[in-house]
Amino acid sequence: MRIPCPFCGNRDTQEFVYRGDASPTRPDTDEAMHDYVYLRDNVAGPMREHWYHAQGCRNWIVVTRDTRTHEIISAEFPR
Amino acid sequence: MKRFSIFSLAANALSGHRKWAPTWRDASPRPGYDIIIVGGGGHGLATAYYLAKVHGITNVAVIEKGWIGGGNAGRNTTIIRSNYGLAGNGPFYEWSMKLWEGLEQELNYNAMVSQRGVLNLYHSDGQRDAYARRGNAMRMHGVDAELLDRDAVRRMAPFLDFEGARFPIQGGLLQRRGGTARHDAVVWGYARAASALGVDIIQNCEVTGFVTDNGGAITGVETSRGTIRAGKTGIAVAGNSSRVAAMAGLRLPIESHVLQAFVSEGLKPVIPGVITFGMGHFYISQSDKGGLVFGGDIDGYNSYAQRGNLPVVQDVCEGGMALMPMIGKARVLRSWGGIMDMTMDGSPIIDRSPVDGLWLNAGWCYGGFKATPASGWCFAHLLATETPHETATAYRLDRFATGDVIDEKGAGAQANLH
Ligand SMILES: Cc1cc2nc3c(=O)[nH]c(=O)nc-3n(C[C@H](O)[C@H](O)[C@H](O)COP(=O)(O)OP(=O)(O)OC[C@H]3O[C@@H](n4cnc5c(N)ncnc54)[C@H](O)[C@@H]3O)c2cc1C
Ligand SMILES: [Zn+2]
Repeated sequence: MRIPCPFCGNRDTQEFVYRGDASPTRPDTDEAMHDYVYLRDNVAGPMREHWYHAQGCRNWIVVTRDTRTHEIISAEFPR
Repeated sequence: MKRFSIFSLAANALSGHRKWAPTWRDASPRPGYDIIIVGGGGHGLATAYYLAKVHGITNVAVIEKGWIGGGNAGRNTTIIRSNYGLAGNGPFYEWSMKLWEGLEQELNYNAMVSQRGVLNLYHSDGQRDAYARRGNAMRMHGVDAELLDRDAVRRMAPFLDFEGARFPIQGGLLQRRGGTARHDAVVWGYARAASALGVDIIQNCEVTGFVTDNGGAITGVETSRGTIRAGKTGIAVAGNSSRVAAMAGLRLPIESHVLQAFVSEGLKPVIPGVITFGMGHFYISQSDKGGLVFGGDIDGYNSYAQRGNLPVVQDVCEGGMALMPMIGKARVLRSWGGIMDMTMDGSPIIDRSPVDGLWLNAGWCYGGFKATPASGWCFAHLLATETPHETATAYRLDRFATGDVIDEKGAGAQANLH
């Protein structure tokens, strides 16, 4: 897999650190914290996920990737 | 079931091996069962077998979307061991080891269980202390463990790099009762024995949804071969746990990740048991056919693709070269991948689900092959008695909410670090 980093261009995934699903957002209540920390949709298909370009520009980026094929659909800076 | 013996072998030899009966019945779905198990891997088949054998519940179906053993059961590196450190895990995996020790007599099937030893190498004082602690915890649970020094390791495995290595080997933690088993034979052995007790094994039948009653309880499954009613439904679908649970509206503390493995051409016997490198992600054993079977870390990103990428191939080969440079002479024959159900604490779940009628067996990460007998035993116990088996009480789904996580590595809620 190669990731088209919006800053560095097409780079090997070896340069990146994987964090996981980008969709969960930190909740305000304690009750919702369990779901945020532990539960995952574990998508089979296109998924937005966080990757960190550790051996490149050191930006966090959001990559949309199909988990069934590893096809990378897009990569962008998070807002 | 025709029992295998020297006499059945001789009789069939005389008729040119043309009269062997199929190993199990390839069943078609009936309208309903007392219990349906979704997933015909090792865990699903073992569950069905112990339901029939131990609990006398024979109106059972195992429903498999492909062919039995086509998932992780047939893709793993076949290592069995019970060298765990935490109380929630130790007794469970030791129960599994005890079941392995009697499995072939129990099933009348040669699963090639071979207790050739599992040796985890250490390369620093801190790692030695951690292994000493784990070995002590094992012994307190009645599990065998020996801490070896460098010379003892060298006598066992003189081909490891003891000179000039970047991370010199200081010793290892050895579990002599650990070893390997033939993964496919485990699947076939359980299938044959379960089928003989009346269990229907239904292949090429994908579960596509659940049937619910007015109260929302699950009363059966929708499949590619029609609707099948069930008193209880248990899922044992490994890497697909989240997908199947989602059909019942559940989100699980699980991510699916790909793990790769490799096998070399057949070589003369050289690796005495299972050896793991302590300073990189690499482990190796040798199959009875002679192939070096080895692997390393998961690729690290969510995947359902059943194949991995080259960086991990390189990482595994580098680990192998660092540990035993002679491996550089061997040629890799094949590599493959399987999809792991990685939980947020690295330990499995055997529990009732919040949805009535649905029961969970999931979260086996990259270590569920060794668990196959005990997982089947405990899941059958749970389904039959509605109480957890005494060795599996810690494998609750709500442990993440209560704080009772079982995190052997202490890595926290990041599935790809376990
Ligand atoms: C490369 C690799 C190496 C490994 N090495 C080891 C090791 O050395 N030691 C060890 O202990 N463990 C190891 N493991 C882990 C071990 O293989 C798994 O934890 C274990 O096999 C999972 O249980 P199972 O056998 O029931 O899974 P599987 O064989 O994957 O069974 C699940 C079944 O469910 C079926 N299924 C999925 N969805 C549906 C559906 N909707 N309807 C019907 N059926 C469905 C699948 O087709 C599959 O056959 C390894 C795994 C891999 C991939
Ligand atoms: Zn970059």
